[in-house]
Amino acid sequence: MTAPAVPLTQSTRKGRREFKNAVATAFMVGSFVVALVPLTLIVVYVLRAGISVFGLSFLTEDLPFSNRIEGGGMNAAIVGTLVITGTATAMAVPLGVLGGIYLNEYGGSGFVARIVRFLADVMTGVPSIVMGLFIYTIWVLPRKQAGLSGFAGALALGCLMLPIVIRTTEEILKVVPEDLREGSYALGCRKAQTIRRVVLPSAAPGIISGALLGVARVAGETAPLLFTIGIVSTPNWNVFDGPNTALPQQIYINASVFGGFDAAKDRAWGAALALILIVFLFTLIARVISAVYARRSAAT
Amino acid sequence: MTDTATAPTKFGPMTTTRDEPAVRDTDEEPPREPAPEEEPERAREIVFELSDVKVQYSGVTAVEDVNLEIAANEITAFIGPSGCGKTTVLRSLNRMHDITPGAEVLGKITYHGEDLYSGKVDPAEVRRRIGMVFQKPNPFPKSVYDNIAYGPRINGTRRGEVEERVEKALSQAALWDEVRDKLRRSALALSGGQQQRLCIARCLAVQPDVILMDEPCSALDPIATARIEDLMEELKNEYTIVIVTHNMQQAARVSDRTAFFTAEVDDDGSRRGRLIEYDVTDTLFTHPSDPRTEGYITGRFG
Repeated sequence: MTAPAVPLTQSTRKGRREFKNAVATAFMVGSFVVALVPLTLIVVYVLRAGISVFGLSFLTEDLPFSNRIEGGGMNAAIVGTLVITGTATAMAVPLGVLGGIYLNEYGGSGFVARIVRFLADVMTGVPSIVMGLFIYTIWVLPRKQAGLSGFAGALALGCLMLPIVIRTTEEILKVVPEDLREGSYALGCRKAQTIRRVVLPSAAPGIISGALLGVARVAGETAPLLFTIGIVSTPNWNVFDGPNTALPQQIYINASVFGGFDAAKDRAWGAALALILIVFLFTLIARVISAVYARRSAAT
Repeated sequence: MTDTATAPTKFGPMTTTRDEPAVRDTDEEPPREPAPEEEPERAREIVFELSDVKVQYSGVTAVEDVNLEIAANEITAFIGPSGCGKTTVLRSLNRMHDITPGAEVLGKITYHGEDLYSGKVDPAEVRRRIGMVFQKPNPFPKSVYDNIAYGPRINGTRRGEVEERVEKALSQAALWDEVRDKLRRSALALSGGQQQRLCIARCLAVQPDVILMDEPCSALDPIATARIEDLMEELKNEYTIVIVTHNMQQAARVSDRTAFFTAEVDDDGSRRGRLIEYDVTDTLFTHPSDPRTEGYITGRFG
């Protein structure tokens, strides 16, 4: 037997392969850094600029009487953001999840499902300010002054969330293995039972993340709130009655309209920091929920 | 030699569902003593009768000309090369094709004399009585216990009874001793062979009449396969089993009767599966009457 001319340690195409590997690795690391730079810059900058006013009083005090005055807090805006986003979530998530279930489990490629899917896609592309104008026209205007409320803002945000939730739910249900459905049917299980007891539990972590993606996306929306919620300087927990305010709106107002005053500018940074923290908190909570859910449905 | 018309059904008609708990009527059970091998002529209780069955997917015929009878408390094997339609025929026995868009079953299939595809028959009830084990083990992403309890729970078994059923099903599937301490652990943590026995147990927990097995051992090693085959031999006493297999030795080892399917290209160029021969397993393997069967079992093709 003759020994092969080239020893095993020396691959014939080694140089070329290693070169490709190096290029791909460099490219991936590079993209990661490029994506990370703006994120770090934003967080660091907001932290630096916002920390001077940020504190317990910033979270608990009402807005000052005049924007020129220093001090005061974002109490009203934090409450507004929570109740408005909460109401929007409460409306859009159940509807969106049901829509996603319909599209994937019942509609398939039927006529109605195709229409719904198309409309959801169109709705995703509608600019948020147009959604705000839409709610302004159909909800706020007919009610005059009384139309300006947290609920009107929640309607606009809900309309923005809905298509996101529908499509992510559908995508997630699509990857639930057909094997599981068949296994359930083969035990004499009906379709609705199969969806509720096998398909949804398997998809729950994904659906929760998807819904949260929607929440995080709309929590920072300013435009749809501009002409729908009015403005207040004290907290209004009632979404249905009376005007409200929200963090993005306060950022906008303090930074642009009253941006000439240092006190207002600082408040805008503080509000930005509060908003980032809230969205971060939402994301964290959703991560925990879906992790716990994933472990529970896998283990018990 | 067969008494289809008067075959006693173990359950009420399938058009009546759950209202009456389907309790096995022991008086009507066929004789339990295993028939001596030299006497296969005894009256067999016919469970399924297929006449001129043809299955189409979106108008394209996958398999046709299937005529056969499947008897109670026997293991019937479907063998044949890939694409011959054996799985397709198997899935038509518990109406699994209902959930496949475009699939259509033509011809007539009766189950204990009742038309399986009559409009009054509830497909969920059919599948409760005719269970199925799939090629790839497909445990739900739940605990071992919840996997087995799933069927009884959805079929309205009382809470106190579920636990009993779970233990019984796991024991029947020869899995109890291995998982008794792991009932709360995820079923996905079990080995492939254990997962497949779990799927069999899950099927048994619903207390079906028939178990359909679609290549249940193709993803398993020889030891796990042997365990499943032993299990089938035991289950045969209480259940009717139909198994699809690629493995001819397996069919020869476990089955009482074997149906040989093959796919043929017709004059118009379409490829269709057909039932070629159906006989007592020993006869089919030793004295096949059709040259195509002989060719397949002797390894000349397939």
